[in-house]
Amino acid sequence: MRKLEAHRAKTLIRNTAVSLLNPRRQSSSSSSSSYYYTSRLARFFTSLPSDASMASDNSTPPITVESLNPKVLKCEYAVRGEIVSLAQKLQQDLQANPGSHPFEEILYCNIGNPQSLGQQPITFFREVLALCDHPTILDKSETQGLFSADSIERAWQILDQIPGRATGAYSHSQGIKGLRDTIAAGIEARDGFPADPNDIFLTDGASPAVHMMMQLLIRSENDGIFCPIPQYPLYSASIALHGGTLVPYYLDEATGWGLEISELKKQLETARQKGITVRALVVINPGNPTGQVLAEENQRDIVEFCKKEGLVLLADEVYQENIYVPEKQFHSFKKVSRSMGYGDKDIPLVSFQSVSKGYYGECGKRGGYMEVTGFSPEVREQIYKVASVNLCSNISGQILASLVMSPPNVGDESYESYFAEKDGILQSLARRAKKLEDGLNNLEGVTCNKAEGAMYLFPRIRLPNKAIKEAESLKKAPDAYYATRLLNATGIVVVPGSGFGQVPGTWHFRCTILPQEEKIPAIVSRWTEFHQKFMDEFRD
Amino acid sequence: MSAKALDYDQINENVKKAQYAVRGELYLRASELQKEGKKIIFTNVGNPHALGQKPLTFPRQVVALCQAPFLLDDPNVGLIFPADAIAKAKLYLSYTSGGLGAYSDSRGLPGIRKEVAEFIGRRDGYPSDPELIYLTDGASKGVMQILQTVIRCQGDGILVPVPQYPLYSAAISLFGGSLVPYYLEENANWGLDINNLRQSVAEARYKGITVRAMVIINPGNPTGQCLSIDNLKEILKFCYQENLVLLGDEVYQQNVYQDERPFISSRKVMLDMGPPISKELQLISFHTVSKGFLGECGQRGGYFEMTNIPPESVDEIYKVASISLSPNVPGQIFMGCMVSPPQPGDISYDQFIRESKGILESLRKRAHMMTDGFNSCKNVVCNFTEGAMYSFPQIKLPPKAIEAAKSAGKVPDVFYCLKLLEATGISTVPGSGFGQKEGVFHLRTTILPAEGDMPAIMESFKKFNDAFMDQYGNNIGYSRM
Repeated sequence: MRKLEAHRAKTLIRNTAVSLLNPRRQSSSSSSSSYYYTSRLARFFTSLPSDASMASDNSTPPITVESLNPKVLKCEYAVRGEIVSLAQKLQQDLQANPGSHPFEEILYCNIGNPQSLGQQPITFFREVLALCDHPTILDKSETQGLFSADSIERAWQILDQIPGRATGAYSHSQGIKGLRDTIAAGIEARDGFPADPNDIFLTDGASPAVHMMMQLLIRSENDGIFCPIPQYPLYSASIALHGGTLVPYYLDEATGWGLEISELKKQLETARQKGITVRALVVINPGNPTGQVLAEENQRDIVEFCKKEGLVLLADEVYQENIYVPEKQFHSFKKVSRSMGYGDKDIPLVSFQSVSKGYYGECGKRGGYMEVTGFSPEVREQIYKVASVNLCSNISGQILASLVMSPPNVGDESYESYFAEKDGILQSLARRAKKLEDGLNNLEGVTCNKAEGAMYLFPRIRLPNKAIKEAESLKKAPDAYYATRLLNATGIVVVPGSGFGQVPGTWHFRCTILPQEEKIPAIVSRWTEFHQKFMDEFRD
Repeated sequence: MSAKALDYDQINENVKKAQYAVRGELYLRASELQKEGKKIIFTNVGNPHALGQKPLTFPRQVVALCQAPFLLDDPNVGLIFPADAIAKAKLYLSYTSGGLGAYSDSRGLPGIRKEVAEFIGRRDGYPSDPELIYLTDGASKGVMQILQTVIRCQGDGILVPVPQYPLYSAAISLFGGSLVPYYLEENANWGLDINNLRQSVAEARYKGITVRAMVIINPGNPTGQCLSIDNLKEILKFCYQENLVLLGDEVYQQNVYQDERPFISSRKVMLDMGPPISKELQLISFHTVSKGFLGECGQRGGYFEMTNIPPESVDEIYKVASISLSPNVPGQIFMGCMVSPPQPGDISYDQFIRESKGILESLRKRAHMMTDGFNSCKNVVCNFTEGAMYSFPQIKLPPKAIEAAKSAGKVPDVFYCLKLLEATGISTVPGSGFGQKEGVFHLRTTILPAEGDMPAIMESFKKFNDAFMDQYGNNIGYSRM
């Protein structure tokens, strides 16, 4: 009885105090002052017997959706979003009951995951990795018969750079020094300008490196990060997670997704007027989802712009080895800035690279790095500190990053087979890009820019008004509605353009160029058939 | 010209506030000295392979085969790989769509998660749901993901043991939350007193903090204590009463060096308690391939298992996982090998038993050697390392030493550890990096140096310590014990 009275008294006083101080108090933590008074009263009750312990001010359990970090709730990542969940469900249907759908298999064209669609890894890289995973076999004579001589040599070289040859030990938090030396040399060979191994941070893929920089740069929602629209939604998600503001700059579809400085200037002005401090500019080159490769002159303008406006340039260059048109070439932003005479003191620049793309396509390995140049030692220390909390990135991924940046050379035993594999993959990607681009351009109301690089096509679709209305009635974005209908009819999974951003009132979808070459004709014909029926159904 | 975005005073304050001593000042100084040619013994981090522990053979064979599947087609592969490793590699490759180089499901390969669930089922006697098991790039990533999901603002507090593994304090700082400390009792073998917990929570609430979660590290880091069933029950009841989600860091579950308190998972104790706690208490448990006897730190393989988390919240956690696409696939293979090791009758079974037992027995020996070694030193008192991989002796620093530290501008245990490093090459982590009671000093070292090297290391430490204590006088009256 006494316990009950005490509890009632507690509750009464607490609720009274709360309602007096903050009549509109919500259940989640809002103004700290209301909590202060409530908790002060709570103090008087801590001497109660332990069974009558003070119930938390939040009587709801901690991990309900309402009480999660709002930044988590806010962020989105369409690449593995709703359409993919639906695809997985359909795939399960097919496994349980073949023939339950008008197609035989799901074709995942939503994600840049080449090896899941049959692309083979580069043999030399896998030889070296296997030897580093199990160095004991290097002492066996039989190994010579199973592995190429230069892969064995390279494995020894790498193992000698790892203290104790212990590939299972945590490394230096920036990654193994010897591997960073190799990567720096590779960057220098690529650009013609030196790279410092101490500027390199090896990470579990490029994505964690992007997160690290967002964490460093974003102090509050008044901090803005410039992102291209359309963009790869890692950026929008990461900015949301870290509580910042995405400041969009629109790429120009009419000019092959060109980047105009005038657009940057205009958006910067708008953001500043809203009180946003714009801190960095994200450029994805080659672009994702748009595939454009920037012209060098364009890149120089961007560098000047960042320098003038005091922005950090975040250069996502993970597709640097995916270029399909002879008239374009990859130039790293580091090379461009250095060739303009801008050194370490002049411009803060972070360049991201990954083992997931290119011709190597090793997504599952989670290998990558960022090269951080142009900022003070004190800031470097902070970046190092954040990296050290996770201790280090996975060693196998580190080794792979060094291999990607220093592949076999002419004259090496494995060079010819390596080159044949690489060339085969890149030529095939170029062919597939073209075939799919042509197929999509032939669809009624669809225009598709050329994929100069990367792994995607991002066609625009002009949806009839009836289709848009239908989508709206189903509370779906029109492009998501089209993508869902496409999936249900053909098994093809694409990501609606709204997941990447687009000029309002326009609709797109992103489709990868990765399905196996022999499947492309069937994909095109099935799509064409579906599209015709869809347009027949909804044509104005 | 306005400030540049990456000027020091323009970066996120939360980043500046976060600290991670394990690779902080002492480690950086040790690295410098190493570059100058001094022999350093790194005992700052639980990194077994760096101190000579060998990887287990079987998982390495399996991963190498998965890495280079062309080997499986070679008629001579049987000359250097045993048949069971070959079979396991084929099995694991069949779990993937495209081998190690494809992104897996963002939660990890379903086949591996099923094996983890089976492992948990065997261990605890209760089935576990693979859908609620997420593989991560090391347990640390999982911890960070969960903390990010729970911490909304600075008013959100996370109960963390003191001393603690500074991943927790660093992560809480980075995500802008508040660390609510609860002190472990050094006098009671680093045991957990429920009254300390209640007091911590009350104090936090008085300051206006909403306490949301409680972290337990069992076996403890740096303290090594293994929680008793009664202690676990008390903790579970407490979390249930206070609506806290329990975060059970159980990465050292295979590192137990005494027999009175074997490892028992929080989940098992919770399920044994029956409803309502078993059905309502929110629990997330963490494990890794980095510790135990595998010690595969560099692979970055880990998982967390969710119990009683509402489906909508699981969806949000999945969403965040999907932004990073997938955990690294080789690390997942190591996880599979850890939870489904060779069985009696398998070709590799004897080797597996020999290797794993050898490591655990040696660790147990070294736990004793180190504890006894520290206890033989002047003004040093050391609780026994019941589990995990560390020794956390208390160093009773004389007042003169504390003064000397102050004049040198250093925290007293940092001062001591730097002197220790310079004199002996032994690189430790000062207790202040983990948290300790005011005026009480410790250092953390690992029990990982090779067994053969231990006597010399302890000898070297004793020589330094006793000389230090003589130099700075050994007065009484400064200890809280």
